[in-house]
Amino acid sequence: MFRKLAIAATATLALSSGSAFAAGAYDTHIEDFDFSFEGPFGTYDQNQLQRGLQVYTEICSACHGMKFVPIRSLAEDGGPALPEDQVRAYAENYEVFDPELDDFRAATPNDHFPESSLENAPDLSLMAKARAGFHGPAGLGINQFFKGIGGPEYIASLLTGYTGEEKEEAGVILYENTAFPGGWIAMAPPLYGDDVEYADGHEASLEHVSEDVSAFLMWTAEPKMMARKQAGFVGVVFLTLLSVLLYLTNKRLWAPVKGKKSS
Amino acid sequence: MSGIPHDHYEPTTQGEKWLHRRLPIVGLMYDTLMIPTPKNLNWMWIWGIVLTFVLVLQIITGIVLAMHYTPHVDHAFASVEHIMRNVNSGAMLRYLHMNGASLFFVAVYAHIFRGLYYGSYKAPREVTWIIGMLIYLLMMGTAFMGYVLPWGQMSFWGATVITGLFGAIPFIGDTILAWLQGGPAVDNALLNRFFSLHYLMPFMILGLVIVHIWAFHTTGNNNPTGVEVRRTSKEEAEKDTLPFWPYFVIKDLFALAIILAVFFAVVGFMPNYLGHPDNYVEANALVTPAHIVPEWYFLPFYAILRAFTDEVWIVQIASFVTGGIIDAKFFGVLAMFGAIAVMALAPWLDTSSVRSGRYRPMFKWWFALLVVDFFVLMWVGARPAEEPYNTISLIASTYWFAFFLVILPLLGVIEKPLPQPATIEEDFASKKGASSGGAAPAAAPAE
Repeated sequence: MFRKLAIAATATLALSSGSAFAAGAYDTHIEDFDFSFEGPFGTYDQNQLQRGLQVYTEICSACHGMKFVPIRSLAEDGGPALPEDQVRAYAENYEVFDPELDDFRAATPNDHFPESSLENAPDLSLMAKARAGFHGPAGLGINQFFKGIGGPEYIASLLTGYTGEEKEEAGVILYENTAFPGGWIAMAPPLYGDDVEYADGHEASLEHVSEDVSAFLMWTAEPKMMARKQAGFVGVVFLTLLSVLLYLTNKRLWAPVKGKKSS
Repeated sequence: MSGIPHDHYEPTTQGEKWLHRRLPIVGLMYDTLMIPTPKNLNWMWIWGIVLTFVLVLQIITGIVLAMHYTPHVDHAFASVEHIMRNVNSGAMLRYLHMNGASLFFVAVYAHIFRGLYYGSYKAPREVTWIIGMLIYLLMMGTAFMGYVLPWGQMSFWGATVITGLFGAIPFIGDTILAWLQGGPAVDNALLNRFFSLHYLMPFMILGLVIVHIWAFHTTGNNNPTGVEVRRTSKEEAEKDTLPFWPYFVIKDLFALAIILAVFFAVVGFMPNYLGHPDNYVEANALVTPAHIVPEWYFLPFYAILRAFTDEVWIVQIASFVTGGIIDAKFFGVLAMFGAIAVMALAPWLDTSSVRSGRYRPMFKWWFALLVVDFFVLMWVGARPAEEPYNTISLIASTYWFAFFLVILPLLGVIEKPLPQPATIEEDFASKKGASSGGAAPAAAPAE
């Protein structure tokens, strides 16, 4: 019944006036962070992905899950590329439910990351592709052409966008955030700076930690990005070459018809 | 096959003769490939090849994707992620298929507007045009169902809104809706039948494409002048035409290679640019996305659908006259399908005796406005349903209908067309002169 109502309501909204679409008047701001993987030739920074994994493991994973990401992919090229034994050791940090044993057991690399443990915490596997940072101008999304869709920028802006203001609404504490649509988010500020201690001595300021985990989440969302860009590049080069050859063939072929000397 | 006189296939060897008496398949292929084609075709005549290529690309990538996809509400989203992460080259396959749909529509819109400008829909090519419109409708159905399969938020809510449209049809709407959804709501039954139909419909398209090609091979190609190929004798026809192989095959392949280079850049460097981020969130019947938008290629017609709200007087009149049977929602549905129907009726709405827009001074401008109108509708279709977008979409929708129902019939009466070349040969010779500089007319072997 509820579903039918919801459907009717949506259909009406989508079809008639639908002023409900007017998004919150709150002016959100997405910072255009510089990531190593931007542009046609951008690649993931393996060290950054490993740092991001550390941030995810020590902080985010307390509430959020990544159920679509197999743990073994941490060893893959074009990702954090951890050695196999480290991945095996890492997997053992997690407990998964095994329907065959009808009990929990330590995870192996072939298991996926666990689901979110907190009901309202969204799964982070695809978060960097599920949010767009840039929409303009006039909602045309043309700036995405230059800046990218802006998923990781959105995540990093969200993590650094807390203003420190809070309010209570219907028994829930909301935190003001300059990146979140509507301006108020239920997630308490997860990072403050120096939340983790990086093994490589990299500075763990709020901004760095946010960027690192955003880069890591971009990789979990798009683990084959580097292979994809390479395939795209090879495709463009070969097709350009082919079109030059076809251009010359075509010119030669038509020259007698057009009354020009074929030279 | 074509009415234009040309050499036909003659079997020479014993084996060929044996086969030809039993099944003239080599002859069929020869005649299809060697069809006399107007030699003055310009670069807007390449989209047919692009469309054929994309159809094959979509079928091949689609068949492989279907090997790894699971059409079940609990597994569909995860199986797409499985394709993206675990299947060899799965991410590439899926992005090719996803962006292939966009390339398909870029090409089909260019192809349709080419047909409109050069009057390719006019007698004797009405059947080619109508079949083309059927292909276009099937493409829209296929693309819509394909978009539902990943079972993301936009898949789910798009399916809800679009199938809901059929519920707006008076009297039989609820029955059609139940039949489409396979139950009271968008759920597993819908996903299953959409998967099944999404697999079926490309083959229906393939069949219609063959009929489409058959039809225009019977009438011969149109061309930028709209002047017919002379067909009283083979010698005369040969002055106007060149065989499709090799002249147009190589030309079309050249264009295809350039288009595919751009396509590969999109697939390789920005595969999600044309998608919607919400579709990377698994479908959830309890959470409505803030803003439900269809894929870009549906936006013009989506804008027409939304333009006719119950504040529009024509909707109010329709509602009053029919005693409320045609409400705003149903009116919108009628308008959306009507927008395609008027396009399909173009052969009978256009009263001009001149075929090509090149020789129609007034038509040119109205046509340019129609193209602009199409892009305005596309833009406004992605905007929220609020002012000023409502007014803009209403004006743009009105122009769409006015072009086909008023302007096209009237122009034939009031417009004074420019002189047309007597033959294709003449047009080709003059173009050739223009492209190769001032000294060129002397190079033409015309006495």
